[in-house]
Amino acid sequence: MPTSSEYDPDSLPDLLPLYYRRLFPFSQYYRWLYYGGVQKNYFQNREFSFTLKDDIYVRYQSFSSQAELEKEIQKMNPYKIDIGAVYSHKPNQHNTVKSGTFHALEKELVFDIDMTDYDDVRTCCSAADICSKCWTLMTIAIRILDRALRDDFGFQHLLWVYSGRRGVHCWVCDEAARKLSVAARSAVAEYLTLVKGGEETVKKVVLTDPIHPFIRKSLDVVEKYFTDYAHEQAILGHNKSVDKVLALVPEEVRQVLQKDFQSEKTPEKRWDLIKAKASMKKGDDKKQQYFQEEIMLQYCYPRLDVNVSKGVNHLLKSPFSVHPKTGRISVPIDLKELDKFDPFAVPTISLICEELDQPRTGEKESEDKKEKENENNATERRKIRDYKRTSLAKYVKYFDQFLDGIACTWKGELLKKSDLQKQF
Amino acid sequence: MEFSGRKRKIHTSPHAEHYAHALQFYEQPPTENICLSEFETFAVDRVKLLKTVENLGLSYVKMSDDYNKKLNNEAKVLNFPYRPDSSQCGPTDNDRRRKDHISHFILRLAYCQTEDLRRWFIQQEVDLFRYRFNDLGREQKLEFLHRNNLQYNAISDKEKVALKDQLISSSYGLSGVTIEHQDFYKVPFQDALDLVRARKVYLQAGYVYIPHQDIITIVLNDFRTKLSKALALTARSLPAVHSDERLQPLLNHLSHAYVGQDYSFQKNVGKISLEQIDSLSGKSYPLCMRQLHQAVRENHHLRHGGRMQYGLFLKGIGLSLEQALQFWKSEFIRGKVDADKFDKAYAYSIRHMFGKEGKRTDYTPYSCMKVILSNPPSQGDHHGCPFRHSDPELLKQKLQFYKVSPSGIEQILELVKGMHYQLACQKYFELTHNIEESNFSLNHPNQYFIESQRVLSGGKDIKREMETPQRLQENSAGSTAAREAANASQDLAGMTDLDSIFQDP
Ligand code: SF4
Ligand SMILES: [Zn+2]
Repeated sequence: MPTSSEYDPDSLPDLLPLYYRRLFPFSQYYRWLYYGGVQKNYFQNREFSFTLKDDIYVRYQSFSSQAELEKEIQKMNPYKIDIGAVYSHKPNQHNTVKSGTFHALEKELVFDIDMTDYDDVRTCCSAADICSKCWTLMTIAIRILDRALRDDFGFQHLLWVYSGRRGVHCWVCDEAARKLSVAARSAVAEYLTLVKGGEETVKKVVLTDPIHPFIRKSLDVVEKYFTDYAHEQAILGHNKSVDKVLALVPEEVRQVLQKDFQSEKTPEKRWDLIKAKASMKKGDDKKQQYFQEEIMLQYCYPRLDVNVSKGVNHLLKSPFSVHPKTGRISVPIDLKELDKFDPFAVPTISLICEELDQPRTGEKESEDKKEKENENNATERRKIRDYKRTSLAKYVKYFDQFLDGIACTWKGELLKKSDLQKQF
Repeated sequence: MEFSGRKRKIHTSPHAEHYAHALQFYEQPPTENICLSEFETFAVDRVKLLKTVENLGLSYVKMSDDYNKKLNNEAKVLNFPYRPDSSQCGPTDNDRRRKDHISHFILRLAYCQTEDLRRWFIQQEVDLFRYRFNDLGREQKLEFLHRNNLQYNAISDKEKVALKDQLISSSYGLSGVTIEHQDFYKVPFQDALDLVRARKVYLQAGYVYIPHQDIITIVLNDFRTKLSKALALTARSLPAVHSDERLQPLLNHLSHAYVGQDYSFQKNVGKISLEQIDSLSGKSYPLCMRQLHQAVRENHHLRHGGRMQYGLFLKGIGLSLEQALQFWKSEFIRGKVDADKFDKAYAYSIRHMFGKEGKRTDYTPYSCMKVILSNPPSQGDHHGCPFRHSDPELLKQKLQFYKVSPSGIEQILELVKGMHYQLACQKYFELTHNIEESNFSLNHPNQYFIESQRVLSGGKDIKREMETPQRLQENSAGSTAAREAANASQDLAGMTDLDSIFQDP
C-alpha cells in the first residue's frame, strides 16, 4: 500500500470495499436524505447513480431503506456516486410506470463551481490543476454565494462540499429550496450570475447605475481578497496579463494608462493608477464609471455552471463520494474554518484506509469492552468507532452538526402534521 | 363534443354584460354556441395575433413605442380589443372582447397538447397581456386588480423608511421622493421571478419588495401560473375533443402553425460528403455555425451546448448518423479524448440526436430564436449567435476578416445595436451572396443554409428537395395552415357548443 501522502488510482478497486464497509457514514447519509420522513417516500424515490469501473454509468438506482442502500453500495463499490432528484415513482422502476408519468419532483438547489471556468483569469494553473494561489477564488465564491443565499433568499441549510478535485458544490437543503421550480432555480442562478459571455466576449462584467445591493455586498467580499490575489497572480506584472486588464477599461483611459505603465512597473502602484483613474471617471462623465469594480468582478466573482443549478433532475456528485483521479473524499466544508480550508489536506481514501490499520490506543480498547455488553448495536458501533479513528472524523462530525440544524425544522413539520391528525 | 342540436343552457345573446372590460384574466370559459366558421376565423386570427406578438418581440424592444404601436395596429386590424376604454362600451367593443375571450379558449385546446406548444402559447399570451395591462391607465389598473381579486401586501411606511437606500438602489428610476409616494409590495421571491432574475428589485430573506410601478410582474406571474395550470387541465380533457373529426384537423393545424419549419426531418441524407464540410462552412453556413465548425477544427472539442447546436444543424443539412459519428470522432480523438472514451461518453448522445437512442426522437435543429434566447454561452463555449453573443468589437473584426465591406459592416452593427440580430444576419447573407434583397425572412440557421445553397446554385432547383412542402415561416405563417384547415372542413358547417368543450362532462 502506498504511503499516506500518495494515492495511486490503480489501488482504488482494492480500497473501495474497505471504505464502503467500514468508513462511509451511511447512517448520517440516510438521515440527511430521509429528511425526517416528513414527506412520504422521499428517500425511496430518490435517484442515485453510480459510476463503476471503466466508466460504466448506471442511472436510476433507488433504495427502500438504509440497509438496502448499504448492501447495494457494498456490492457494487461505485467509483463515484451521484445524487439526483426525488421522483414521482421509485426510479429503479421508471421503465414500468406509464410513460409520461415518471418525472422529477424535488431536489436540493445545487451549485457547482469549477476552477476550469476561471482559466482566462488565473495564471498559476490551467484546466484540472489547482494550487493554493487560485484556491482563493473558491473561497471568494463560497463567501459571496453563502451570504446571498442566506441573506437575500432566506435559505438556512447550506451544505458546502469540496468536489474532491478542483471545485466546490453547494447543496441548499431547505424545504423551500427543494420545492423550487425549474424557472425559479434559473432565476436564482441568474440573479447570482455576474460574469457573462463565452470565448467571444472580452468584457464579461458590465455594471450600470444604480449598483444593486447584492453587487455591493459581493464587491465588499471581493475587496477583502483582491489585492492579495492580484499580487499572487501578478495580473499587473506581465505584459500579456496587463493587456488583458487594460482591455477592460474605457478606450481613452486605456491610452493614458498604457503610457503611465511604461514608467510604472510595480503591480501595486499600477493598480493604484487604475483606481485613481476610476475615481476621476466617477466624478466626470460617468460613462463606464465602474470599470475598476468590473475588473475585480471579472477576475474574482464566482462563475457558476447555471445549467447544473437549473435542472431539477440534474445529477451532482454526492458528498463522501471519492474522486477517482485524486482519491480525495468529497468532504463537507465548515465555513467557520473556510479561510483555513486546504484542498490538499483533505484526506484521500488511501490515507484513511491506512489509518484504519494503525494499532488502537488503550482508551479505545476499553470502549470495545463496553460495546460487547451491548451487542445489539455492535456492528453499527464498530463503524462509528472506525471512522473516528481516521482523519475523516472531523468532517463527519461537521456533517452531524449540519444535520442537527435541519432536524429542528423537520421536527416542527412533524409536530404540525401530528396536530393536524389529532384534529380528525 | 356537442353541437347545437342539443342545448344544455338557455343563452341570452349577445353577452352585453359579459364583456364589460377590455382586459380579461380568462377565468371563465365561454358557454355560448358558436358556428364552426366563426370558430375557425376566431382561432386563425388569434394565431395571427400571437404570431405578431412573437415577431415583434424579436425585432423590437418589448414595450417600446414601435412595439406598442405595431401591436395595437395588428389588434385593430384583426378585430381584437385594441384600445382599452371602459367608458365606451359600444357594440363593436363588445364583439372584439367576445372574440378575444372565445379565441383564447379555442387556442388553449390547440396548444395544450405538448410541452413545447404550451410554452410557446403561454409566452405569447403573457406578452400580449403585459402589453394590454401596461396600456391601462392607473385607475383602470387598480380597478382591474380589484375586480380580479388580486391583492398584494403593501409594507408599512416605517419599513419603507428603514429600507429606503436599498430600495432606491435596486429599482430603476426611483428616488427618495418617488419612494414616498409609492406603495411597495412584499411578496415571496418565487412570485416575481422576472424581477429577481434581472436583479431589478430588492431581495431580503426570501422576499422581494416591488414598487407599485412594477406591479405588472406579480400580476403577470399570476396570469402565467393560472394559464399553465389551466392548460394542464385542458390537456387532460382533450381526448373527448379529439374524438371529434371536425375539430381535430383544425386544432392540429393551428398548433403546427406556430414555429414555421422545424427542419427536423431528413431529406437529403448522404448528399453531402464530409470532405465538403469545410468549404460549405465558408460559403453557406451562417456565422453561428461557422464559428462552431472552426472551434471543433481548432480545439478538437466542443462543450455540450456547442455539440447540440452544431450537431443538430449538421443533421438538418443532411449528414447521416454514420457521417456524424465519423466527423465528431475524427475530431475528438485528435484532442484529449481517445476512441474508447469517445464511444462511451459521446457516441450515445450523437445517436440520441438522430433519435437512435433513448425514447425521444424529436430532436430538432435549433431555430435562431432558440439560439438567441436560450442557454447563452459561458466560459469555454462557442455556441450562441455571434450577432447576439459576441462583443461588437470582435464581431467587427470577424466581419472584416470575412471581407465584408466597411459600409456593410456598419449596417450590420447598426442592426445589432438595435437588437435586430436576425436582420443583421440576413444583411450578412445578402452582402456575402451579392444579392440586393433576399426574399425570405430568416429564422433558422438551416434555412440560411438552404437559401444560400439555392443562391449559389444559380437559383436552379437542384436543392428543391430540401424544401418542405409547407413553408410556414413568414408572418402569415399561422394563418396559411389554419386557413387550409378551415377550407378542409368547410363542408362541415355547423354549430359548436363551447360549453360542452370547456366544462368537464
Ligand atoms: S441569426 Fe440565426 S442563423 Fe444567423 S447567426 Fe444568429 S442564430 Fe445563426
Ligand atoms: Zn493555481
